[in-house]
Amino acid sequence: MPTLPSPRELSDTPLIRFESVSKTYPARKGAALVTALSGIDLAIPAGTILGVIGRSGAGKSTLIRLINGLERPSAGRVVVGDAEVSSLPERELRRVRARVGMIFQHFNLLSSRNVADNVALPLEIAGWKRAAIRGRVAELLALVGLEAQAGRYPAELSGGQKQRVGIARALATEPDVLLSDEATSALDPETTRSILALLKRINRDLGLTIVLITHEMSVIRAVADDVAVIDRGAIVERGTVYEVFTRPQAEVTRSLLAGEVGLDLPAGLAERISADPRPGGVPVLRLALRGAQADTAIIARLARETGIEAVILAGAVDEIGGQRFGSLALGLSPGEEAAARAQAYLAALDITADLLGYLPPAQEVAKDVAQGAARVA
Amino acid sequence: MSPELINLLVQATADTLTMVALSAAIGTLLGLPLGVFLATSRRGELLAAPALNAALGVIVNATRSTPFIILVVAIIPFSRLVAGTSIGTYAASVPLTVAATPYIARLVEAAIREVDHGLVEAARAFGASPWQIIRKVLIPEALPGIVLGLTLAVVSLVGYSAMAGAVGGGGLGDLGIRYGYQRFRPDMMLAVVVVLIVLVQVFQSAGERLARRLNRRHRQS
Repeated sequence: MPTLPSPRELSDTPLIRFESVSKTYPARKGAALVTALSGIDLAIPAGTILGVIGRSGAGKSTLIRLINGLERPSAGRVVVGDAEVSSLPERELRRVRARVGMIFQHFNLLSSRNVADNVALPLEIAGWKRAAIRGRVAELLALVGLEAQAGRYPAELSGGQKQRVGIARALATEPDVLLSDEATSALDPETTRSILALLKRINRDLGLTIVLITHEMSVIRAVADDVAVIDRGAIVERGTVYEVFTRPQAEVTRSLLAGEVGLDLPAGLAERISADPRPGGVPVLRLALRGAQADTAIIARLARETGIEAVILAGAVDEIGGQRFGSLALGLSPGEEAAARAQAYLAALDITADLLGYLPPAQEVAKDVAQGAARVA
Repeated sequence: MSPELINLLVQATADTLTMVALSAAIGTLLGLPLGVFLATSRRGELLAAPALNAALGVIVNATRSTPFIILVVAIIPFSRLVAGTSIGTYAASVPLTVAATPYIARLVEAAIREVDHGLVEAARAFGASPWQIIRKVLIPEALPGIVLGLTLAVVSLVGYSAMAGAVGGGGLGDLGIRYGYQRFRPDMMLAVVVVLIVLVQVFQSAGERLARRLNRRHRQS
């Protein structure tokens, strides 16, 4: 079946394009040739927030640095707007970089400059006049809420304030793109939320395209529209945040999602579950409820219409990318036949239900189900 | 001590200060760019030129490993060419400068290499040229370290200038040798040593204070 491009991809030409991009680092003494990225194809529409997630060493840092030419691909093309970044000479690359802001995990602020002068740095580099710089810096500090800190030095600021300075600095030259390199990884959860909210606001108000790399799904979930999962130098999954969170395909995606949307069974259950449908074993189904399905009285309907009772073993119902999503692990009335009937019933409702395995009948959690089943029988 | 001896001491102190100031100033003028280049021309750095870097490194090391007293004698023709004479304060400043330049270059290089590489990456990401990165990032961020390095260099130069005095350069070393040692005047010897100690103390604490004032890295409100 041919895959159709989403409406957004049809309406917008991508601002950033990767075409069969590979990056290898030459062999060093005692170490083999390192392949950081291979066969990357990626289109990022203007005005969207793309989250790139992967474990450390997966190639995220290299990927984001190809966009502003801090790294050059070994093969393939990287295009930003109308500039082919991958082949531009260094001097012209500097002009492109003024249109691509960047923020960093460790902020990278100059300790010798105060807040205002740090924000002024890209403007000085771009050759702005002193008076113009002063006005622009005041605007930027107001945007990130740091007007009162203009004269302070980085050593006197909290991590969150430092990242706000970083953001103001990155936006100084009015770029079209903002690259975020693990920008919240060094921050506590509360500060992370406020920084992510700021990024979201900037995206909305200034129409800025944001590419952020992270190893935390919670960050992707909080700000991104789309997500690309990268593993061992290749993009293994790409889609809207809702798609990828609710129907993860790649193993690495599931593992990164662990604990994020209730996809995982509690450890105690997970170790007792087995594929063997032993006599009286309790089938465990994992349901993914998407959109309006999350508002269905699904357990009651299952019992009423199929006679199969269910206990909730684990689960979460939440909102992702503005849409409802629920993930439920249910223990059913014993027997393979019950599992098959339940799956068939759910499939008719278009609800994904994966059979995770069977729990031994002696389980405390299974008692109720067993009794319930006996009653029905 | 008689007024004449005191006059001699004042004159010698002035000569020493002249030699140290001249060689430190010119040594910094030459050593600062050399040090910046040594730090930034290594493989994979801003101005990567590994071959030139290695060649300069050899020259710097050769100069630094030549004992100063031999350097003074060996470059007499060069000193005469520059100062017009091979004796006196100005002539002695030439070998002092030659010795100070590679020393300062290495100290500057070390200070520059201490600068967090993330700052260079950030500046590159904002479109800075190598020259802008050196001027706006590397030197300002390394300044406290550079000032401490220069302090070290000045203190060393005070000691070297005493050696230069032994070959007709004048200054406190010369005074100590001729009056204190050869004419056996322990009071003069003591006076020379005391003045040298005071000079070193003043330079050291002034340098440290300046470096502290420049260092914003650990400042708390």
